[in-house]
Amino acid sequence: MTRDEIRDRVIQCLREVAPEADPAGLRSDAPLRDQLDIDSMDFLNFVIELDRSLRVAVPESEYHQLATLDGCVGYLAGKLES
Amino acid sequence: MPSLGADMAAGRLLQWLKSPGDQVKRGDIIAEVDTDKGVIEIEVFTEGTVSKLLAQEGDRVPVGTVLALITGAAAAVEEGKTPAPDTHPPAERRVIRASPVAKRFAAERGLDLADVKGTGPDGAITLADVEALTSRLPPAPSSEEETGGRLRRAIAAAMARSKREIPHYYLGTTIDLGPAVGWLSDRNRDRPPAERVLLGVLQLKAVALALREFPDLNAWWVEDRAVPKEGIHVGLAVALRGGGVVAPAVRSTDRLSLDDLMRAVRSLVDRARSGGLRSSELADATITVTSLGERGVDAVVGVIYPPQVALVGFGRPAQRPWVVSGQVVPRPVVTATLSGDHRASDGHRGALFLARVEEMLQEPGKL
Repeated sequence: MTRDEIRDRVIQCLREVAPEADPAGLRSDAPLRDQLDIDSMDFLNFVIELDRSLRVAVPESEYHQLATLDGCVGYLAGKLES
Repeated sequence: MPSLGADMAAGRLLQWLKSPGDQVKRGDIIAEVDTDKGVIEIEVFTEGTVSKLLAQEGDRVPVGTVLALITGAAAAVEEGKTPAPDTHPPAERRVIRASPVAKRFAAERGLDLADVKGTGPDGAITLADVEALTSRLPPAPSSEEETGGRLRRAIAAAMARSKREIPHYYLGTTIDLGPAVGWLSDRNRDRPPAERVLLGVLQLKAVALALREFPDLNAWWVEDRAVPKEGIHVGLAVALRGGGVVAPAVRSTDRLSLDDLMRAVRSLVDRARSGGLRSSELADATITVTSLGERGVDAVVGVIYPPQVALVGFGRPAQRPWVVSGQVVPRPVVTATLSGDHRASDGHRGALFLARVEEMLQEPGKL
């Protein structure tokens, strides 16, 4: 899966979690929580969506690597390669 | 039309979900109503057959007005006042999934959501879908009816009443979350994301269990006295994306396992934001818990939602220097606060209650 494809999947997962927000207009390097006004429940739902969509179960200890869109893509690309 | 808060005067019937001739039982959803707090599902509290629908979709119906008649063994309809049953065959009704803001936006403009194609999750209709349809129509009738405005006014009314009528007292304590965070981390480690539990759920359960010993805080102020409530139904303050807050209740919070409580909270948050809260969930809360720590504040000192007599707030869990066995060590701590109604309880009782919440969180395995 290419990085662009992973990015699309991440945005799709964010859209499921915050349908009234606009994930397509996200800044890649800024915190997702601030941009989408998501809380810990939203974030857990996002992690659940990633697990469903990409079969990557992100451990809690690695949540911090999903702080930004770029972070998500880099982290997931690494997981999918390994 | 049930009252979903002391400030509610009426609701607009959006959609009937049952028809004359349909069998219903306790807990079934019979209608959707647009209120100041969003689109709410109206539950049936009896068992029988829907004999007549007394309100039309689109009607604004005052609180206390009978919406429908249900006849049957358990239905309490006065003899001699029962209208003749509607003999029309039950009609097929399609449940339309749409966000609350989209439903309200459509209702205010007299639009039928059946005409709107949804592009949200599972085909749900979003605000953008309705706006796209209305972009070809005349503008909304007035800014008074703008989406979200009524919720703001409902919050204003409730909070103004609270500050006008309730003599608040406020207490706060800093709680060591080390045991809870460590225990939860171990518990969640090998679980798939869908089965993980959030720290906020432990806090909610600790409050609910502590309330068993403090019925004077799990009460409603009615006329001139506090009336302790039988069940412990903790209202959870949920911030809405478009602004505003609702605090639906988790029924029997103290009786749910952590996994069940997590499921209940997830469902409640999801439905608060995307539609589908039930009337009982908005009417039954016996206390409210609010947490604003995720927005970076150390503490939240809340305003009690009448007729409740207490509110618990949790701030941001943060690493702080903490003394354990004579040694200063870094520990995750949180500031918990209690806003109490001084008519119903005193600071002494409130302090004992907060101490009990703290004790509960030191033994998370017992929650």
